[in-house]
Amino acid sequence: MEAQHVDVRNLCVTVRRPDGSDLRIVDEVSFTIARGEVLALIGESGSGKTTIALALMGYARSGAVISGDITVGDATLGGNGKASLAAQRGHRITYVAQSAAAAFNPSRRVIEQVIEPALIHGTATAAEARAHAVALFEALALPDPATIGSRYPHELSGGQLQRLMAAMALITRPDLVIFDEPTTALDVTTQVEVLQAFRKVVREQGATGVYVSHDLAVVAQMADQILVLNRGTVRERNAVRAVLETPADDYTKTLLAAARPVIKAAAPITAVGKPLLSIEGINAGYGPVDRNGRAAHPVLTDVSLQIGRGAAVGVIGESGSGKSTVARVVAGLLAPTAGTVSLDGQPLAASLKGRTREELRRIQIVFQNADVALNPAHSVGEILGRVLRFYHGTSGAALNSRVAELLDLIKLPAAIADRRCDELSGGQKQRVNLARALAAQPDVILCDEVTSALDTVVREAILELLAELRRDLGVAYLFISHDIATVKALCDEIVVLYKGTRVESGLRDTYAAPPFHPYTDLLISSVPELRTDWLSGVGSQGKVPFAHLPESADLCRFLPRCPVAIAGRCDVSLPPLRTMAAGNAVLCHRTEAELAGEFA
Amino acid sequence: MSGASPVSRWRGPARLVAKRTGLALVTLVLVSAVIFTISGLLPGDAAQEVLGQGATPEQFAALRHEMGLDRPAVVRYFEWLRGIAIGDPGQSLVANKPVADIISERLPNTLILAGLTTLFSVPIAFLVGIASAVTRGQATDRALNIMTLAMVALPEFLVATIAVLVFSVKLLWLPSITIVPQDPTLGEFLRAYAMPVMVLGVGVIAQLGRMIRAAIIAELDRPYVEMARLKGVSPRRLIFRHVLPNAVGPIVNSMALSLSYLFGGAIIVETIFSYPGLASLMVNAVTSRDMPLLQACAMVFCATYLLLVLIADTVAILANPRLRQG
Amino acid sequence: MSVAGIIRGARRLPLSGKIGLALVIFWIIVAVIGPFIAPYPPGSFANEEVFAGSSRQFWLGSDFLGRDVLSRLLSGARFTVGLSVVAVAIAASIGTGFALTAAVGPRWVDELLSRAMDTLISIPSKIFALVLVAAFGSSLVLLTLIIAITYVPGNFRIARSLAVGLARLDYVEVARARGEGRLHLALVEVLPNMIKPLFADIGLRFVFIVLLLSGLSFLGLGLQPPDADLGSLVRENTSGLAEGALAIIAPAVAIASLTVGVNLLIDAATQGKAH
Repeated sequence: MEAQHVDVRNLCVTVRRPDGSDLRIVDEVSFTIARGEVLALIGESGSGKTTIALALMGYARSGAVISGDITVGDATLGGNGKASLAAQRGHRITYVAQSAAAAFNPSRRVIEQVIEPALIHGTATAAEARAHAVALFEALALPDPATIGSRYPHELSGGQLQRLMAAMALITRPDLVIFDEPTTALDVTTQVEVLQAFRKVVREQGATGVYVSHDLAVVAQMADQILVLNRGTVRERNAVRAVLETPADDYTKTLLAAARPVIKAAAPITAVGKPLLSIEGINAGYGPVDRNGRAAHPVLTDVSLQIGRGAAVGVIGESGSGKSTVARVVAGLLAPTAGTVSLDGQPLAASLKGRTREELRRIQIVFQNADVALNPAHSVGEILGRVLRFYHGTSGAALNSRVAELLDLIKLPAAIADRRCDELSGGQKQRVNLARALAAQPDVILCDEVTSALDTVVREAILELLAELRRDLGVAYLFISHDIATVKALCDEIVVLYKGTRVESGLRDTYAAPPFHPYTDLLISSVPELRTDWLSGVGSQGKVPFAHLPESADLCRFLPRCPVAIAGRCDVSLPPLRTMAAGNAVLCHRTEAELAGEFA
Repeated sequence: MSGASPVSRWRGPARLVAKRTGLALVTLVLVSAVIFTISGLLPGDAAQEVLGQGATPEQFAALRHEMGLDRPAVVRYFEWLRGIAIGDPGQSLVANKPVADIISERLPNTLILAGLTTLFSVPIAFLVGIASAVTRGQATDRALNIMTLAMVALPEFLVATIAVLVFSVKLLWLPSITIVPQDPTLGEFLRAYAMPVMVLGVGVIAQLGRMIRAAIIAELDRPYVEMARLKGVSPRRLIFRHVLPNAVGPIVNSMALSLSYLFGGAIIVETIFSYPGLASLMVNAVTSRDMPLLQACAMVFCATYLLLVLIADTVAILANPRLRQG
Repeated sequence: MSVAGIIRGARRLPLSGKIGLALVIFWIIVAVIGPFIAPYPPGSFANEEVFAGSSRQFWLGSDFLGRDVLSRLLSGARFTVGLSVVAVAIAASIGTGFALTAAVGPRWVDELLSRAMDTLISIPSKIFALVLVAAFGSSLVLLTLIIAITYVPGNFRIARSLAVGLARLDYVEVARARGEGRLHLALVEVLPNMIKPLFADIGLRFVFIVLLLSGLSFLGLGLQPPDADLGSLVRENTSGLAEGALAIIAPAVAIASLTVGVNLLIDAATQGKAH
């Protein structure tokens, strides 16, 4: 048997804490990778997965110390007379970083950066490297492979940059390529294209791979073997299929369960009578408003939705869809340029100034990132207490007992009231963030990506809490997310936004089977599934007839990306809103029969 | 986007630079209003200043009329502004000469002093800044940090005093007064300027060195630097090819800022070394309350500062592909 | 912050920070009790000899009129430290107050304030101070105000960028959505998070103010006799320079030890917090 390509024994990585003591962030990790195989390092934040991957290049982030034995081919960590790992960086061992947008130097042309490793390591002349780069661009399905390199990073999209970074990693024909969460920062529909491109080139190159990710479903498509990590130690190592189908370790089981949340407390309440909150024909945007009432940077166009008392309505969309803007308009933080928001049939003033304190109390907003949503200068008790005093005039002992009640509601100990927010964990902060909204005793809570910044296991717990609170308190949610699995788990009704227009809305069940809006279909089919053959089964986008057209406010926004657009209809006028037999409304030129046929 | 013709490629930055130039001019006009307002507010006015306490009201009124001081302030302001714009800011009250003559006599001296100081200090500041940035947290950085920290806080007159004590009093190497002879040889020239340039340079080196360090360190923390390291880029190439091009904006701005600091330093240094420059002229104008001269000096300094900032902005725009194409 | 907390923080400072802290404490004590422990009245001609060297009777020798340098230094330090502290307090209150107004107020207020401050900051501070002194003179009160005003734009610029950054954060948005008034937003949500970074800026500004004040006095445009700050002491003894008299070196070194001390302390304290 051939010697293992990568052999890691007793790897430890230690950092010094501010108080001078040492902390092992990677603890006695050992594994091997056979030549040509792809090993996935899976784990949540703090699992040490990126640290291990970087250690394979003999690299530690500032202040960390690597110890143990690492051998990659004939190179070792210390060198010991032979080659050292550090000397292989960018040559025989290469790296694809998480955020290509940040990892490219903003002031240099992309091609210079892509061929730089080949030039500094002397593996090719400039002309050869350029030719090789163009071939790689082509293989990675980048548009205009011959000229795309002459652009600057800010002129390219995230998905393109991620693929260009892969080209940079492959330009020296390396033996080992390390992918560090390369698709985490991308939208789900972009992720599919990038994953397909990566898989193709990795197979063609025959390089050994290390794929770092928190997402089991993504890893299932890319890797042969999985190493499950938790707090710097190895929990399980097995072939992908084995890990997915017969996980041995409890932690792996937890991860698998959390990857596809099913909420126990979910109890869809059918909306009765008049809607509680109603949004009608909202146009909104940023920047100065012109004479026709359009903002300089319009975000939302004619968005409407209703939320019943105690209902949960999900708004789903990718970055740039305007989903957060919906929440800001409802909360009164951004005045719409057209349309109205009504509560219990009463129209609300466009901006905060015109709303009464009672109206403000009934709608509360919870932001995504609890790190910046809670004021670090105040204690948990002060944060919750302020809301109670402000809306309910609570004070003294009643205030303290109410704060304790709220903390109990979100399942945190009462003693936490005296703590400052920067002493809490991510999950605890998000709970306090929720409790602050609950303190107002609102009718509706606007949840803006409240689970997106959390690890999968914590995310599941927060979703469970949200469902329980809804069941017990009867509070309604406008739940905004980019993740359709999360939205499906929590919400009764789902609205799909694309570039600021509502392309589809309907009850949760209508999203189980076609007919859908073509974008909804793309969105649903782009979510990686927990099986190894998913990516091969995703049909490549096929021909997009109007890819050359710019996006226009006078046509269907999805036209430039739509695989089923029809000349003479879709490129002429705005699409109509059709109601399907299942009850979902779809903004499309295609009829129900056509849509059902296309996506069957 | 990328295949733009050479002409349209420069249209974006040209518009941006034109906009900044316009803004700088507006600021200069506002600055002139501030300076005129403040210096026009003085308790007694210029006529009283000239005539002294013993003058009769009639004499006083006549002189006021003659000097145009009895007209509304707005009118006087615009007349003064027009004078500044065409290079004739009026008559010095004390020297009884046109202010323009006095300034044109003194300004070159200050420019020479500032220019020499820049030539002397900027390279050293770069050396200090780069050396401490790449050795961040290590002994070299810590030592340079303490050194520049102290240098920034030293009053110029202390540095000057010590320099005079060492080089003029004890060693007798350099003159304690800066007199540049007519048609100096290079040796005479350097001997004359050595001390004022050194004293001014201390502050500029320290301040600029610290700002360059901060600008480089801000870049070193960005992900593309880690990526470059993981590509196997050498430390030298990392600094000169990857980091510095991105740090150009903040660095040129720091240079403009520290050169404006140099004007402040010149006020003390020119006075100490009895050097006939614009800064010491301005101090004299304050002492003798020669307002037209003072106002004109202040305007020269402010205009120069705004010009430096404008140049820095332009360089920053041209160095940044995003702005360059914007 | 409790007293115990401050002491603990001080213990953790690196050596340079401890030296800085010691110098700062020393000068605060001198400013407070200096005149009471001075061996001679600052204006008395105690020594027959001018520019005398150090002796047991006159630790720092005598000045150009034969006055005791130590006594004059002790009283000068009080002017320098006291006036600078008051000036920096005024500058920071006005600058930060404007900054908070700009951050939570309507957009036009921010634009107006920023425009005005941008204009003032385009006048190099020493030049601005000279123009103000020429116009208003330099009595004790006016001098303090002039120096304070000179440094308002700088403080505003730093404080505004801090405040505007903070005012955009989600927790301020939440408070705004709750219906909180501007005063609450400014004082309860934004200001507490500005204090640490502002502290560093105020310290640096104090150093600049000490240097500006001493510089003005050195030029004869600052504090007027019979009052004398440390800068005035350097000025009045310039004739002793050729002899290398203590009378000129001592006050100059005194100023430097104060400003360097503050700088060392701030640098060490802010580095500790960054980790």
